[in-house]
Amino acid sequence: MAEFTLPKNSVVGVGKTYKAPAGAKRVKEFKVYRWNPDDGKNPVTDTYEIDLDTCGPMVLDAIIKIKNEIDASLTFRRSCREGICGSCAMNIDGTNTLACLKPIGDVKGAVNISPLPHMPVVKDLVPDLTQPYAQYRSIEPWLQAETAPPPDAERLQSKEERAEIDGLWECILCFCCSTSCPSYWWNGDRYLGPAVLMAAYRWIADSRDEHTGKRLDSLEDPFKLYRCHTIMNCTQTCPKGLNPAKAIGKIKQLMLERQG
Amino acid sequence: MKDVREALMVGRNSEGKLVRRPLSPHLQVYKPQISSATSIFHRITGVALGAGTVLFTLWLVSAAAGDDAFSVVQAIFASWIGLLVLFGFTFALFYHFCNGIRHLAWDAGKGFELPDMHRSGRLGIAAAIVLTVAFWAIALLVG
Repeated sequence: MAEFTLPKNSVVGVGKTYKAPAGAKRVKEFKVYRWNPDDGKNPVTDTYEIDLDTCGPMVLDAIIKIKNEIDASLTFRRSCREGICGSCAMNIDGTNTLACLKPIGDVKGAVNISPLPHMPVVKDLVPDLTQPYAQYRSIEPWLQAETAPPPDAERLQSKEERAEIDGLWECILCFCCSTSCPSYWWNGDRYLGPAVLMAAYRWIADSRDEHTGKRLDSLEDPFKLYRCHTIMNCTQTCPKGLNPAKAIGKIKQLMLERQG
Repeated sequence: MKDVREALMVGRNSEGKLVRRPLSPHLQVYKPQISSATSIFHRITGVALGAGTVLFTLWLVSAAAGDDAFSVVQAIFASWIGLLVLFGFTFALFYHFCNGIRHLAWDAGKGFELPDMHRSGRLGIAAAIVLTVAFWAIALLVG
């Protein structure tokens, strides 16, 4: 159900401010969402003043600097720092993106950082992704075929067939798109969301997969697929430049076509 | 039906005790952008058209009911507040129509690229404004 306001325990208060060291010239404010399961309090926004002259160029550099030098309790996910692992997905300056790919210089004024929207918070910037992972599992994201592969070779594709899954397989499952989608916010219990639907289409579009009909059957549902109203926040926000809205549109078209 | 995500709103603290987790901010932090703005406005104008159709029905029914009823409704519609509501109704109609064409294109698998989506969004809004102004200019000139 759509609830436009936050529950009482989720309303964000004002936290501490950590001043920049004396003599810092290029000071930038980072306003970071904090929640600690151990203190029994509501989430707050802490403000950290960072001297950009001693900080790397990306938002991830800044939050690593905060953790290393100012406040070791700040909790976030990160791994590859080059946009391929999808760990540091968060809401920065009002849109979802990967902290490692977001230049600090792109943000005017203070940099607001909060966890991926409308998700249960584990701690600080770490959301619980159990639900989208379970939904990803539900679309059976692996190659399914009845016919045996050639005994001495891989299942081959033409260049054209292979091109069909370009722009789909590159998804790193950071869930920036799903958590940018108002439909997923309100109906994420039953609506699969853009990331998972694009993953579903990745297997539907794969010439080697023989279970297209079965895959479409499982998506033929008023909630799983058709809660997509083409809002397109997903495509707007994808840090990898992919187009989940288009993939979902293709699934809808296939649904129509097979009705004849 | 209970929201299955409710189960995930409970976690454990460092001592293993169950704690209620907060829901991360959504509408409170997410920036409005042309993608979401045109979409929510489509929904709002759709609801407005539903309400406006009641007014239109009222007008037809009053015409069928006779001169007295019709002149009362006409007077209300011709008052400045009535005209304002009608103006809003025609804008809702034209916006819903123009943005509906975008949805038609999407259903045909076209217009999904970001530059196209931005362009068609702006075009839809502009076309709705032009059509509304043109409609009223003609309506007021013809009388």
